[in-house]
Amino acid sequence: MSIALHRNARMLAARALLIVLLAGFLAIHPRGVSTGVLTAWSNQGVALAFVAVGQTIVVLSRGIDLSIGAIMALTNCTASVLVQGSPAEVAFGVAAVILCGAACGAANGLIVVKARIQPIVATLATGAVFSGLALLVQPTPGGSVDETLSDLLTGDIAGVPASLLLLAGLVGLVWGPVRAARLGRGMLAVGSAEGAAYMSGLPIDRAKIAAYVLAGVFAAFGGLFLGFQTLSGDPAIGGSYTLNSVAAVVLGGTSLMGGAGSVAGTIAGALILRTIGSLMFFAGVNPMAQPLLEGAVLLAAVALGAIRLLKIRNRLEMFR
Amino acid sequence: MNARSSPFARALVRDGPTRALVLVLAALLLVGGAVYNQFFSPTYLLQQLQSGAFLGIVAIGAMIVILTGHIDLSVPWTLSAAATFSTAFTALAGGAPWGEFGVLVGLAIGAGIGLVNGIGVAYLRIPSMIWTLAVNIVVLGICVFYAGLYASGSRPSAMMSVLGGGRSFGVIPNALLVWLVLSGGVVLLMRRTLMGRYLYAVGTREGAAYLSGIETRRVIAGAFVISGLCSATAGMLLAGYANQAYQNMGDPYLLPGIAAVVLGGTSILGGRGSYAGTVAGVLLITLITSMLSVMQIAEAYKQIAYGAVILAMVGYYSRRSATPG
Amino acid sequence: MLDQADFLQLDDVTKRYGGVAALNKLCFRARRGSIHAILGENGAGKSTLMKILAGVVRADSGTVRLAGEPLDLRRPADALANGIACIFQELSIVPDLSAAENICLADPPRSRLGLIDRRAERRAARAVLAEIGCADGLDVRTSCADLPLSKRQLVEIAKAVVRRPRVLILDEATSALTAEDAAKVMALLRRLREEGTCVLFISHRMHEVDSLADTCSVFRNGEHVATFSAGSKSHDEIVRLMIGRPIAQIYPPKPARPPAAPAYLAIADLGWPPALTQVSLAVRPGEIVGLGGLDGQGQRELLLALAGVLRGVGGTARFGTQAALPASPRAAKRRPFRTALIPEDRKTEGLFLGLSIRDNIAMAALDGLARGGIVDSAAERALVDRLIATLQIMAPDADAPVGTLSGGNQQKVVLAKWLAIEPRLLLLMDPTRGIDVGTKQEIYRLFRELAASGVAILLYSTDYDELIGLCDQVLVMYGGRVAARLEGQDLTEENLLAAALNLRPAPPAARPASLTEAVA
Repeated sequence: MSIALHRNARMLAARALLIVLLAGFLAIHPRGVSTGVLTAWSNQGVALAFVAVGQTIVVLSRGIDLSIGAIMALTNCTASVLVQGSPAEVAFGVAAVILCGAACGAANGLIVVKARIQPIVATLATGAVFSGLALLVQPTPGGSVDETLSDLLTGDIAGVPASLLLLAGLVGLVWGPVRAARLGRGMLAVGSAEGAAYMSGLPIDRAKIAAYVLAGVFAAFGGLFLGFQTLSGDPAIGGSYTLNSVAAVVLGGTSLMGGAGSVAGTIAGALILRTIGSLMFFAGVNPMAQPLLEGAVLLAAVALGAIRLLKIRNRLEMFR
Repeated sequence: MNARSSPFARALVRDGPTRALVLVLAALLLVGGAVYNQFFSPTYLLQQLQSGAFLGIVAIGAMIVILTGHIDLSVPWTLSAAATFSTAFTALAGGAPWGEFGVLVGLAIGAGIGLVNGIGVAYLRIPSMIWTLAVNIVVLGICVFYAGLYASGSRPSAMMSVLGGGRSFGVIPNALLVWLVLSGGVVLLMRRTLMGRYLYAVGTREGAAYLSGIETRRVIAGAFVISGLCSATAGMLLAGYANQAYQNMGDPYLLPGIAAVVLGGTSILGGRGSYAGTVAGVLLITLITSMLSVMQIAEAYKQIAYGAVILAMVGYYSRRSATPG
Repeated sequence: MLDQADFLQLDDVTKRYGGVAALNKLCFRARRGSIHAILGENGAGKSTLMKILAGVVRADSGTVRLAGEPLDLRRPADALANGIACIFQELSIVPDLSAAENICLADPPRSRLGLIDRRAERRAARAVLAEIGCADGLDVRTSCADLPLSKRQLVEIAKAVVRRPRVLILDEATSALTAEDAAKVMALLRRLREEGTCVLFISHRMHEVDSLADTCSVFRNGEHVATFSAGSKSHDEIVRLMIGRPIAQIYPPKPARPPAAPAYLAIADLGWPPALTQVSLAVRPGEIVGLGGLDGQGQRELLLALAGVLRGVGGTARFGTQAALPASPRAAKRRPFRTALIPEDRKTEGLFLGLSIRDNIAMAALDGLARGGIVDSAAERALVDRLIATLQIMAPDADAPVGTLSGGNQQKVVLAKWLAIEPRLLLLMDPTRGIDVGTKQEIYRLFRELAASGVAILLYSTDYDELIGLCDQVLVMYGGRVAARLEGQDLTEENLLAAALNLRPAPPAARPASLTEAVA
């Protein structure tokens, strides 16, 4: 009874915390509630949210993708080279960038499943390769990205931040159908209980590979959006996004042990991480104290996971 | 096989990964030597060992934690914090001899961070990947906050400079000697102490270790304390070598440290691995890095080569262990 | 047209685990439209048969045919694709998915776009639960982790039934159900039989077999010994078929009279709800006390409680002069408890498979051999060598990984690990499971020698032979209580089986005479 309630409670807590933080942020922002403030806020969080959604999908199937930041950097750099020129060229560029992300994800999935290397090691190594490729594409921060599209996606549509709509739309269009199909069901089943999924005759390998591919696609969305935001490509952004994506997943209530969690929770988690920073900035908190407070929030949120220990009566269960 | 022969020799015979690594190392040296004759010069090799020593010390801690089946992602800022605060303490002394106690401050910080890691992972049973990550961010926060409050000096104490950057007899880097001493210590720890034996037991299967009457939580917490101490030591030596503590000085050590351990054949799932393999892994990474530098290969190709080597070696180990015999 | 009787056809199916044959050239037939009970002792090969049909394990040799077609069952998906569905004890439940999602897991209803139609899925799940007659009180949207055990088992059953299998296999599938639900499931099975399903049914509940099965087969030692129509043989005849042979002379002689020493272990009214209720027993030095009964009647929990693994155990206990339960296995192995637990699962709880034989044997006693955290390697070596010699562990190289040993020798390593602490009380959980007869004999002799040297032994075994041949007295557990105490002439396989199956009124559970004063 308690486990799922507890998990739901954590997902709800993430959303509640986000609302409180956002309200606080808007209350103290010198310009108050305005489309411009909301749009800027949303733009800041959406790139991380995309990457974290990708990470969530892998974590739900009980894997982890430590290369996700590198895929984002690679796709960001690719975007800074390809997403420019005529509308047709821009469209081709966007498609190529997304394909690139998917290919990286497919490489991860195949290595994890076929070479049977632990996900943490495999993606650590592929992450180095992807970072190297990013450097080949764009040795130093630079390049350019189509400005029309950028203005459109980082602006607002009828008072609603376009980036938020983009996030909701892409998650709904890509993860929505997968989640609703057998494939997504299989990913959750594999993450929750691989043995039971096997006994039920589900295609386990396919589910795992697909999870990594999707992670690559979402990392590409993140890289693309960052390109629209900064109008350039930066090969060195990967590391912080990898770690923050894991943090957002956990904050959003998804268990690192797989099977349970939600993409919506993760999005809340990612936005929380970004909002804390903005909130503290406008609250006049010493900027030097900001990372400490951010870390403390994360540490406290994670420590809540220890509550389950109180219910264990057979100590052997602690080790499972 | 005589059990009293050196662990390294034992590992060479028994341990496939170490053997494979040593072969790769030898091949690399030969190829490198054939192309660039300075490869075999003692100066060049000692210089490699000097820079390898820092990574080697970090890898000791990484390996001990990985043996228990966990991972320590707080290495970067444990390393930086120890360097920052030990040098700040030295600055506080303003040249007085008690400034040398800065080293103790650094070690205490390393042990303290390790303890916090251990409590979260072993006692609160939070996945180490996320707990140590959060701890890393908090320590980063503390360092940034501190740096914002006090503009303190960051010059290393005399001892740090000598150990980190100095050379004995004018040739042998002292950092290498520190690494050797710590290596001796860790070999003793793993072979002769209860703690060392329990590391493998806990990493193989914590439930079985618990049923064998081992206080598994203390073992895991202890592993994190050792890792914290190793990171702190590396940080202070590095500060001594670079003659200052600086932000992000720990970043280049986290992933290579883990990679060295994994390349050395230690299972990321815990319970299996040899220290000799880790040493070989550190040497391999150091050598590849320096060879690629010598050949003036672009950073991009270095990264790709680095990832490819890990995939090839670990893929090879996993195939080997999958096929019987 | 194929003969109905040969719908499911197994020929010469053999499966070995290590050196032990779980199934030995098994031949077996089952009809369509029949409920076929499979009976046998623990270890007779029933579960192995089921796992082979389910695609969970592969037979070493032999053929399986269904409706005349030979089947190649490599994985569970193959079995499902061929219309073979198995109902395990909630082994295939995915805890984080809802009941409806679990029931339709393998083939959920889909809309035209290929997406899962969640409403149709819930409808299908409700329909199949309604068909079973258990739709009430089970919201199909509830995640399975939140369902009580009995409801999860219903989901497991629904999951198999929804596929309309040609062969439906149940392994003790009703034991977790409430009596009411079990009756409904049995009614469902009868309906499925009318529809032509071949139902294979493993149960230890004889009354279920009586009321349900039309055909019975008895398995013994991995072989199929008899098939007969239900009701044609009496319970006594069936039990005799299951036992089949005189108990082999592999057990050491028991001492003529029980030792007079006061009990080393005495517990009274031990409780750990819901697994243990008011358990009282005493074990004297020199005595081997057996725990019998069906699997899962609280025997494991009792031994775990005595080893300090469980939290919140009620009741009183005395170990030697210490009136308390140990707080952890670490406390248990030290003075004053001196208690060793040989756990049930050798590979995951008893051994460190990747570590050497030497490391494994030394692991429990290591802290006693260390000073200031430094292990005395000479003493360790001597201890390990002595134990390898005493237990006659057949290992060419003691530094080789313990995983390279045979099952019997692995179990000897586990025993050696615990003998190294020189225990006063030995708690054994099914210590000879999957071990060849020769090694068993050695281990029995060892237990008897240990007892003679003053060790108190409490042994849980699923093997009735062992309980009878080895133990001085046997406590049969049922539903978390000690249901019967058998010793001397009463300690027969018939009595054990009867008490375990709750077939006839058991002799009153005698409280050991010395217990009251011993605990006080």
